[in-house]
Amino acid sequence: MAWTNKEISALVEPDRAHRKAYTDEDLFELEMERIFERAWIYVGHESQVKNPGDYYLARIGRQPMMMTRDHYGEVHVLYNRCPHRGAQLCSARSGNAGKRIRCSYHAWMFGLDGKLESIPAIDGYDGTNLTIDGEDFQVPKAARAASYRGFWFASLAEDGISLEEQLGEAKTGFDQLIDRAPGRETEVVGECFHMVQHSNWKIFLENQLDASHPGATHESTGIAAQMVERDMRADGRSPPLSYGFLSDFARLGIDGWGKFGTVGHPHGHCTLEGYMGLRPDDPETNAYVKAMYESYGEERAEEILGVNLHHSLIYPCMSIQPPLQQLRTIRPISPTRTMSEIWHFRLKGAPEAIYQRALGYYYLVNSPSTMVNADDLFNWWKVQHGLDSQGGDWVSFHRNAGFDIIDGNLRKSPEGSMSEMPLRHMMHVWRDYMTAEEGA
Amino acid sequence: MGEAAEKLAASDPHAVANVSIETQLAVERFLARQAEILDEKRWDDWLALFTEDGHYWMPAHEDQIDGEGVPNIFWENLDMMQMRINRNNHPQAHSQAPENRLCHVVSNVIIESEDATGDIIVRSRFHCAEYLRYDVRNFTGKYRHCLKKTDDGYKIQLQRADLVNREGPFEYVLQWWV
Repeated sequence: MAWTNKEISALVEPDRAHRKAYTDEDLFELEMERIFERAWIYVGHESQVKNPGDYYLARIGRQPMMMTRDHYGEVHVLYNRCPHRGAQLCSARSGNAGKRIRCSYHAWMFGLDGKLESIPAIDGYDGTNLTIDGEDFQVPKAARAASYRGFWFASLAEDGISLEEQLGEAKTGFDQLIDRAPGRETEVVGECFHMVQHSNWKIFLENQLDASHPGATHESTGIAAQMVERDMRADGRSPPLSYGFLSDFARLGIDGWGKFGTVGHPHGHCTLEGYMGLRPDDPETNAYVKAMYESYGEERAEEILGVNLHHSLIYPCMSIQPPLQQLRTIRPISPTRTMSEIWHFRLKGAPEAIYQRALGYYYLVNSPSTMVNADDLFNWWKVQHGLDSQGGDWVSFHRNAGFDIIDGNLRKSPEGSMSEMPLRHMMHVWRDYMTAEEGA
Repeated sequence: MGEAAEKLAASDPHAVANVSIETQLAVERFLARQAEILDEKRWDDWLALFTEDGHYWMPAHEDQIDGEGVPNIFWENLDMMQMRINRNNHPQAHSQAPENRLCHVVSNVIIESEDATGDIIVRSRFHCAEYLRYDVRNFTGKYRHCLKKTDDGYKIQLQRADLVNREGPFEYVLQWWV
């Protein structure tokens, strides 16, 4: 059906959302057009294209894109499409194209900036409307591309607010991922994990800031980790710190997650205050803190380490967890299918043990053998099933509804609550995006 | 780098050792028995297949030579394996209910080396079908085992399992070892 803005608005109420927002194919197309192909969408980190000639494929909304590095060292975001007959230009997920990108179909050659450089037997175009520098014959670029400290985003809309303006204060997530490195730089480790979620992209975002789910969803894993910790201690061995990431699920129980505050930011971003033992008093952490002091001086180092941020959700496409050195970005495929990329970072200059600790979390929570995300993925799939049914029309976001604390342009959860404020907040921003322009 | 990972990295992956028929049979029987234990979910027997410092390893990339310190699909010692057993058997492990059913076939068994103490490096191919919630999924790839010869028969020091689709995308999360 053709959705009017009025009909779209009616899907979002102050404390609930209509199931159609998660299931309707026409709405999904509108979401891609009005949100993902307008807003600033995460493409990748500059270290994914380290060397001249490198490319890395990405998807922005429905568009196949690629991030490249040219021979002057500049990063570009291009459509992965040959302007001749439309063939995909790069087909591996990532690679190095060498000096030029060569289309496999007719050997047109392009610079890594998308500029058409040569066509075989070019005299066949003499006297035609094709010229080698003609606008129609270059690989198109994303309308806008920008980096925030090495994290590249693109927007497919010519006009709109700047990247920094869209990120607002939520950019602290990126700052933390860089500033926590004594070497003041961060880089991706290897390839990411690609996982398919059999659920709507909004369900992933909602889950990240949903404080009342971890104790319930992940109870079995928490208990299993506690049992192993107990056995190891009984043997006189000390369990790895990373096991604590899992046993926390049991230790905090189902209703113990309210002490971690959540904040809603403009443009739909949300943050969660840290809950993990980010600064345990062990020799490895202390060596790390010392390296931070040496790099930044004590005052600035304490300022960086004092930021209490576990999770920064950048609407509509990603989540960053600086203390865990990981980033996840989503690429919606259909109303019921979402691809996710899960990236892991190394903080330059940090002791190896600090990396290993974060690696422990990455493995336990996000590897394809995870005992944590397995239960999330299954719940999301079950939610999608339920929303596809006619057993009810509404998704409830009633927890602490009506009790948000407004602080300037921020929206905060009441202290000690497991408020569904972030879920409501994102849905309201969704409505704003979807109805920003006069619809049909 | 662990001792077994070093041994595996140093072993020629194309070598064919000239071993006795008895050794070939004993190794093949060991691999078939491991597959059967996994299919039948006999977890005490599973743990007893490994040495005390044994690891089950599924690398995320073909060119990895060690599981330590890098992202992997699986990198589990006995403690982690015990955790996985505890967890998958817990009544609240809702994504694992109803329980899956597994069927493994191990074949193309080629012993790469047998050292003076009888320790073995062996490569093989596997295929595993998993039935879960009315769906059958297939996992296939290559095993390499570092086996230690003990008074109690062979024990796994390191098992490397390379899935053909290791780069993903993963449509599904692997909850049991493949």
